[in-house]
Amino acid sequence: MKVTFPHMGYMYVCLKALLRYLDIDVVVPPMSSKRTMTLGTQHSPEFACLPLKINMGNFIEAYEQGADTILMAGGVGPCRFGYYAQVQREILQDLGYNMNMIILEPPQKHISELIVKIREVTGERSWLDIIRAIRFAWFKARAVDEIERLVHRIRPREIEPGRADEILKKAIGWIDVAEDKKQLDDAVKKARCSLIRIPVDNTRVPVRIGIVGEIYVMLEPFANQEIEKRLGELGVEVERSIYLSEWINDHLFMGLLRMKGSKAARELAPPYINHFVGGHGQETIGSAVMFAREKYDGVIQVQPFTCMPEIVAESILPVVSRDYGLPTFYLILDEHSGDAGVITRLEAFVDLLQRKKEAAADGAGRKGVEQCADI
Amino acid sequence: MRGYLGVDVGSVSTNIVLIDENENVIETLYIRTQGQPIAAVQRGLEYIRDRIPSGIEIGGIGTTGSGRHLSGIIVGADSVKNEITTHAVAASKLVPGVQTVFEIGGQDSKIIILRNGVVADFAMNTVCAAGTGSFLDQQAARLGIPIEDFGSIALKSKSPVRIAGRCSVFAESDMIHKQQMGHNLADILAGLCEALVRNYLNNVGKGKEILAPVAFQGGVAANVGIKRAFEKALGLEITVPPHFNVMGAVGAAMLARETANKTGRTKFKGFEVAEEKFRAASFECGDCPNLCEVIEISGHGRILARWNDKCGKWSNAEITGVKRNRIENLA
Repeated sequence: MKVTFPHMGYMYVCLKALLRYLDIDVVVPPMSSKRTMTLGTQHSPEFACLPLKINMGNFIEAYEQGADTILMAGGVGPCRFGYYAQVQREILQDLGYNMNMIILEPPQKHISELIVKIREVTGERSWLDIIRAIRFAWFKARAVDEIERLVHRIRPREIEPGRADEILKKAIGWIDVAEDKKQLDDAVKKARCSLIRIPVDNTRVPVRIGIVGEIYVMLEPFANQEIEKRLGELGVEVERSIYLSEWINDHLFMGLLRMKGSKAARELAPPYINHFVGGHGQETIGSAVMFAREKYDGVIQVQPFTCMPEIVAESILPVVSRDYGLPTFYLILDEHSGDAGVITRLEAFVDLLQRKKEAAADGAGRKGVEQCADI
Repeated sequence: MRGYLGVDVGSVSTNIVLIDENENVIETLYIRTQGQPIAAVQRGLEYIRDRIPSGIEIGGIGTTGSGRHLSGIIVGADSVKNEITTHAVAASKLVPGVQTVFEIGGQDSKIIILRNGVVADFAMNTVCAAGTGSFLDQQAARLGIPIEDFGSIALKSKSPVRIAGRCSVFAESDMIHKQQMGHNLADILAGLCEALVRNYLNNVGKGKEILAPVAFQGGVAANVGIKRAFEKALGLEITVPPHFNVMGAVGAAMLARETANKTGRTKFKGFEVAEEKFRAASFECGDCPNLCEVIEISGHGRILARWNDKCGKWSNAEITGVKRNRIENLA
């Protein structure tokens, strides 16, 4: 059995660690690229959203490298994602690719439901081993998140642009190859040391933007046109509303661990959205409120084209924007890769925030009536 | 006295303006890009050079438009800014107190909301070009009227016909249908103007708070039919500022002045660049499955810049070996 899974940002680091720990053969699909996109769009329904298409590409490329079993996340509506695994299984069958698909549905009642599914992959391994493996994968997720957070802080301040990204790339590699907790700790330490040695200009006061939106396009740089990196290059400090480990805790551990997660965001969503609207619609609004309260300069919502929950959130976002005087902006992502339009819009949005910030700094004490923007 | 140049390289036209120290526009130029941005900039610079009043020395140059990075490298720009910012800067100078800017160009259209002289909000058309100049051009050509007469004919209309403006394909078939029914040309053109305005306000404006004074700029502002349709739809007076069709370039020149004043010098390479041979080439990098089409600009026998690669391997290639090694050591 050779197990593969779809890419979602750096999630492969954790999944690979989990499976390797249990001595299961893993085929990590090649990093998502134009080829992945071409294969994916060619074999997907046109009206499906971007995540399904890139997943398809990942599966096909993994198949080419010998994978025969897919680990795929499930879900329970109203977002279409819950149905994707089934659709993908059918498509792969039609293409004549003989792959077994194991769908990890979010546990409805108890985490044991998930563990039973994991058993399908793990076979006769002891429960203790499995729990140890999950724990190790979890540490890797935490490690990746810590490094990403550091990079978000350094990018807008580094004196020679591009160095943080070079080290990020390497650091992910170090975390990836770590075989036990000890090596992992060393890898994180090494990454941390390399990152804090990057010369930075701490006198800069960068514009701060919070990124909210649909989880997949938020976590997958290939899908979001590397928005975090681009904003960093424009001198913006970026914060994301959710990180990998938080997502894992929310969706797979049923929020067992006490840490910041989507619950906090959901609680901030009323009175704008009072109940679940599917996907992360409620969290998008709640996180925007959170960023507004934390005095961020602006919020960018990212969403795959035709994403229903995010469309709901998009239409409510202007109200949040007006109430808090927080400029917001949304970016719809699909298979197009031309980046000139994206760059122009991001640049203009950052200009807007920068000038607003400067005007606020100049005018402090003068007439302090802030003008609201709803984008 | 110092003068400042602004260069706006758009998909359809390339505009160059010269302003003086007090931000008065001295010279403007509007030419077609014809898909050759470098050649267009060179032609434009040559034209402007011969018209610079004596005693004016270039103190700075700024670029904007979709070709801003490319042209910025060619001319040695002091500031390279996106077209939303430059349009807003120019409008707030030329239309005192402006709070709303409509800009409709060849391929794109945007709305900019300013409050207290600062951009508070903006939007650009997304995928559809239904409300832009190219479509008007195309329809004028189909009807056999010069685009310059489009607006004045539309003004003669007594009862504009209703045309679907949501999509240019639907609009065209609707127009043909109305022609076949026997409506006169003026009513059809006026109907088209109203349809485009409706589409713009719905798709780009999307319920934004449109407050007077409103400036209408970009090439399409030359069309008095569209201007009147806006006034009718909004019940507001619309101002078409002087130099409306080169506002991006005016803003770029103003920003160049700001930057050059800050740094105290200009990076402008001089008008000689008009005669220089630049070569733009692209190649496909085959090092990973992304197959990036890397673009490379060279002049004087050396590479001036590269871009369009995902990983930054080519665009960062100018970083010297020493710096590279230091990064390696760090890691």
